[in-house]
Amino acid sequence: MLTKRIIPCLDVKDGRTVKGVNFSNLRDMGCPVELGLMYESQGADELMFLDITASVEGRSAMLEFVERVADKLSIPFTVGGGVSSRDDVTALLNAGADKVSMNTAAVRRPEVVDEVATQFGSQCCVVAIDARKKTDGDGWEVLVKGGRETTGLDALEWAKECAKRGAGEILLTSWNRDGMQNGFDLEMVKAFSETLSIPVIASGGAGNPESFVEVFQKASADAALAASIFHDRIYSIGDVKQAVKNAGISVRY
Amino acid sequence: MITKVDLVDVAGGNLGSVKRCLDRLSVEYNLVNPGNLPDGSRPVILPGVGNFGAVMGNLQREKFDQRVKELVESGTPYLGICVGMQILFDYSEESDSAGMGILPGKVVKFRAGKVPQIGWNSIEAKQEKWPNGFVYFVNSFVAAPEVSSDVLYASDYFGDFCAAVRRDNITAFQFHPEKSGEFGQQLLVNWLNGVSNSEGVAPRILNKTLASQGVENAD
Repeated sequence: MLTKRIIPCLDVKDGRTVKGVNFSNLRDMGCPVELGLMYESQGADELMFLDITASVEGRSAMLEFVERVADKLSIPFTVGGGVSSRDDVTALLNAGADKVSMNTAAVRRPEVVDEVATQFGSQCCVVAIDARKKTDGDGWEVLVKGGRETTGLDALEWAKECAKRGAGEILLTSWNRDGMQNGFDLEMVKAFSETLSIPVIASGGAGNPESFVEVFQKASADAALAASIFHDRIYSIGDVKQAVKNAGISVRY
Repeated sequence: MITKVDLVDVAGGNLGSVKRCLDRLSVEYNLVNPGNLPDGSRPVILPGVGNFGAVMGNLQREKFDQRVKELVESGTPYLGICVGMQILFDYSEESDSAGMGILPGKVVKFRAGKVPQIGWNSIEAKQEKWPNGFVYFVNSFVAAPEVSSDVLYASDYFGDFCAAVRRDNITAFQFHPEKSGEFGQQLLVNWLNGVSNSEGVAPRILNKTLASQGVENAD
């Protein structure tokens, strides 16, 4: 039986791992390659590296970083952040990333999803969606530019369109929960995982191992991603897996 | 353990991660392609990700597929990964195209669940000396071998499916050992050991081939 995946996320800025609350107030968490290796040895199923460097110099440094990660890790990893074209995707995959995640660029020009999926396959094409509960009415709306800009797009409709265009997975981050550590947005994750025909990675709000149990059991997430609780050494990947396993959910151990 | 292999580089996709994995295992690789055919002196690894028809199309250039088939049928150890497993069979539903027809059976799409299957699944050994564990899959299609004794590993994704095959000098994994942590690397080491020791399959033919090439440690 396919297992539920636990994915630590490392936000990388200028070669360091950082983490903020609601996409701001960044704190330094250490060397991302070392952290990644530590998570692999703890039993992480995949890793997510999010490049939050804005500069051009930072981008070429990111490719070198991806190569270093690929040399060391023997589990899959995804790279996202500022990926805006097929050329960016080609460079990251060539550097050794297994999957590439696109966010703002896909909203700006949805055809890039088709292009990447056609050229490299759906398996490496992740679309990241930052979503916030709509203030007027049901559902969630898509935010871009790290949560700084609203789009008016309905997030679930956008996710369906991405799947249709060839995305292989949706990384769904709750802007309301990000960094809050009060649990995943179960209502939102459930709506997405039960509607979409592709896997949904829940993100935003993990506070303890119980958060993961809930998001798998009550919201049918295929995978769950977290940063702070792992980086702060509050819980290890092993603690989370133990709790998930004890709840009778299939995990790799 | 075998320390040098021929790595087929026409199939794209996961070639880089397979190279890195071989580096970590200190196994040297010689890249082979339609312009540089494998000579049969080394085991062949054919990794492949992507569309079945595209991979077969790449292989058919310069009749590279026939060379691979010839080698496999004459006893050269072969390890297929992902699409490298699927092309061993007669036919694939994906792109409605013929495979190399080395093993009887066809490749079919998953009939249930989210497709592609992405993630770690447990595999259960159907042949001796292969350990059970968790491996990383990314696939929409699976091989359905006609000969049940060809199945090396079985797994379950909304129903049983064949996760790996092994017959004589042929071994193939639907999953990605190069992305399956320590356990995946252990499976590759198992294969490399099986290829080079007397318990490996088709050792007689292999030894003859290696001896004729003057390769040492062929036992």
